[in-house]
Amino acid sequence: NFSCYVNQYLKIHSSSLIMSRQLHARRIEGVDKNIWVEFTQLAADYQVVNLGQGFPDFSPPSYIQEAFCKAVNGGCSMHQYTRAFGHPPLVTILAKFFSKVVGHDIDAFEDILVTVGAYQALFCTFQALVNEGDEVIIIEPFFDCYQPMVKMAGGKAVYVPLRPVSRGKALTSADWVLSSEELASKFNSRTKAIVINTPNNPLGKVYKREELQLIADLCIKHDVVCISDEVYEWLTYDGAKHVKIASLPGMWERTVTIGSGGKTFSATGWKVGWAIGAGHILKHLKTVHQNSVYHCATAAQEAVAVGFQREYEHFGTPESYFLQLPERLQHKREKLAACLESVGLQPVLPEGGYFMIADISSVKVDLNDPSTQGEPYDYRFVKWLIKEKGLATIPVSAFYSPEHSKDFENYIRFCFVKEDSTLSSAEAILRNWSNGK
Amino acid sequence: LPMAQYLACSRVTILLSFQFILCQGIMTSSRHTNSKRIEGLDKNVWVAFTSVAADPTIVNLGQGFPDIPPPAYVKEGLANAAAVDKLNQYTRGFGHPALVKALSQVYGKVYGQQIDPFKEILVTVGGYGSLFSAMQGLVEVGDEVIIIEPFFDCYVPMVRMAGAKPILIPLRVKCNKKTNIVSSADWVLDPAELASKFTSKTKAIIINTPNNPIGKIFTRDELQMIADLCIKHDTLCISDEVYEWLIYKGHQHIKIATLPGMWDRTITISSAGKTFSVTGWKLGWSIGPEHLIKHLQTVMQNTLYTCPTPLQEAVAQGLLRDYELMGQPDCYFSSLAVELEGKRDRMAAILQDVGMSPIIPEGGYFMCVDVTSLNQDLSHMGDDEPYDYKFVKWMIKEKKLAAIPVTAFCGDASKKQFEKYIRLCFIKKDSTLDAAEAILKNWNS
Repeated sequence: NFSCYVNQYLKIHSSSLIMSRQLHARRIEGVDKNIWVEFTQLAADYQVVNLGQGFPDFSPPSYIQEAFCKAVNGGCSMHQYTRAFGHPPLVTILAKFFSKVVGHDIDAFEDILVTVGAYQALFCTFQALVNEGDEVIIIEPFFDCYQPMVKMAGGKAVYVPLRPVSRGKALTSADWVLSSEELASKFNSRTKAIVINTPNNPLGKVYKREELQLIADLCIKHDVVCISDEVYEWLTYDGAKHVKIASLPGMWERTVTIGSGGKTFSATGWKVGWAIGAGHILKHLKTVHQNSVYHCATAAQEAVAVGFQREYEHFGTPESYFLQLPERLQHKREKLAACLESVGLQPVLPEGGYFMIADISSVKVDLNDPSTQGEPYDYRFVKWLIKEKGLATIPVSAFYSPEHSKDFENYIRFCFVKEDSTLSSAEAILRNWSNGK
Repeated sequence: LPMAQYLACSRVTILLSFQFILCQGIMTSSRHTNSKRIEGLDKNVWVAFTSVAADPTIVNLGQGFPDIPPPAYVKEGLANAAAVDKLNQYTRGFGHPALVKALSQVYGKVYGQQIDPFKEILVTVGGYGSLFSAMQGLVEVGDEVIIIEPFFDCYVPMVRMAGAKPILIPLRVKCNKKTNIVSSADWVLDPAELASKFTSKTKAIIINTPNNPIGKIFTRDELQMIADLCIKHDTLCISDEVYEWLIYKGHQHIKIATLPGMWDRTITISSAGKTFSVTGWKLGWSIGPEHLIKHLQTVMQNTLYTCPTPLQEAVAQGLLRDYELMGQPDCYFSSLAVELEGKRDRMAAILQDVGMSPIIPEGGYFMCVDVTSLNQDLSHMGDDEPYDYKFVKWMIKEKKLAAIPVTAFCGDASKKQFEKYIRLCFIKKDSTLDAAEAILKNWNS
């Protein structure tokens, strides 16, 4: 009809909005690029064997899927708003469960905030605590969102790298360490917080107690908050022990520990996460939360609560998913590492987590793709691997600061939390490529 | 070390350790206080009232959520989605492809124009998440944002968290001599007053139609007046239309984004929770031109990155089902409005029967009512709160009926204008409305 036509005409021919002031807010300047948006689109566009983005391609455990179905078919209240700071059954079981693990009595209603994934918990933490000009120490390589989140909160990121201490041919993530002097030198009177991630993404490092003690001592000395991203806390291999920095003396009152239902129960699409910490800090995260998303979805929280209740009852027994999953993944980790070695890529064997990085230095390819000209080497390599070989990975320089990424363009990251058939397909691609040389 | 030196060292060490232990005991350091951006934003009417109303013996007409079930096909859609492995893992950050495509279809029809699912739509955590993304993406420190009172309470703290200044303008009831019955249509803006609020600092105006709490549906003329000012002063419009389908007979919901010159400067916000009676799903979306939506997408990718997958898939399926039925009585968008109109009329009658004056809403699922005629003496409750806060607290305690005080939805300057009003939510099953009726009928006993 005519008005439709007029609307279309106006839409096509009206000029883009020109305001005398700039349209967007300054706080989002410089945070518009995102590797996931870029690389998930690429993986979707090409027919790939996807070892890129970190999500399982196998199903969550059946009991958790059942819990979700039960919640969906439950009463009216399952589909309406629940308590804003966290569904009562969920915060109650999280408090009970983690009190045991941390060795501190956690108050379900004061010390916990449920968020839309661990991602939103990180956002709430930075927004709640970081003022313009505050410094936040980030250990490299880091999950990429820390840097733009610190920036968006007006903070200044200060980086300190993990460095490989070469110990012969086979490197593990344990060989990547901090220099204690270098770390200490990063703390000053403007330091508001330090972000640690253990097990680490992308490296897989599981910080030892002594390493965490080093960090804790500095936090206490300089009165700094520790933001501890522990989304992969149940995934440790070869008997490595996950240690919670919040359990170290003097640290409960200054640590925000972040967890993920998605990573815990292999259901990344549910987006249920949490922040746990002393009430006097958590209350500020709650203020951010109530002014940004306010509530999280009820049914998913109910299902995660049921999952944790079941795990509480089976803790430490062979039925525990928290033991079964790392056992399954250990074998996949080995399978992938062996395959990468056999084709001349040098994997860094991870002590924990979902990922393995591999050094691509010894592989020479003709990256003849004008569309990636000028990009970092590992970005170009990854895109070439997607387009020419149908295998998706993630470039590791994306996990480094803009200042240091140039020094780390020779690693790519593989996710091994995949069905054996997926890993076998990846293996086939890599062997064919290697044989074809 | 010689003994004397050794003793000296160890004494110093002991002293230092002692001081160190003392320092550790001081838990709340001034450095661990809140960031400036959230200063003063910790209070919230919902936190105050929802826990009180959670008591099952209280008839809860307070917080806005249905106690009637969502349509069966919507629940089934979620159960089906959760059974698919892939749908339990991450989906596209800016919106699950099936959902943004369904939204593009539905709203393409509503707007009468093509809407690009990937560039002109962002899926967020409820309408709330869209409001936040719009503020954070588009509102600068020092900007002014015009807000019409009474307003959904989160607008002011969100504007403040973005470092901007809320500029409030109230709706006022125009005198209606013909009848005593007040409709939400009788609450209007003063054009000169509105025009005076626009300055060179005005970045945006937020409108909410149908309005929460009053239920007003802005007419085309009223929207045109706002649009003219937006264009004249080159401002943006954030249009909160979460109750867009809940329109009662004789009224029409108009999207300000469809007025000439407005598509380019408007973000329109909607809610799956309100559309399908599933507030606990917390899914919403923003629709607008690429040059605005892209900034909301930037906020999204730096705040929570993606919304839950199975919920998005289920909403997509629900939308597709109702898209086919659009314009027919079976379409949930229409059938819910018909069901609610009956409840609206019943609620109004109950209130009128006990001598109160409700504002009959043209849309939405709330009704505001002036409680003056009840003559409730609350002087024993002190002076530090507006009358409606005291009234609601008293009513919850003494009458076991929960509502929300309307001054929660206005600024300080307008409190006197609204403090005799309370807000009642009528998207409730018949037995809940029966219970409310019983309480009100027995008010004076």
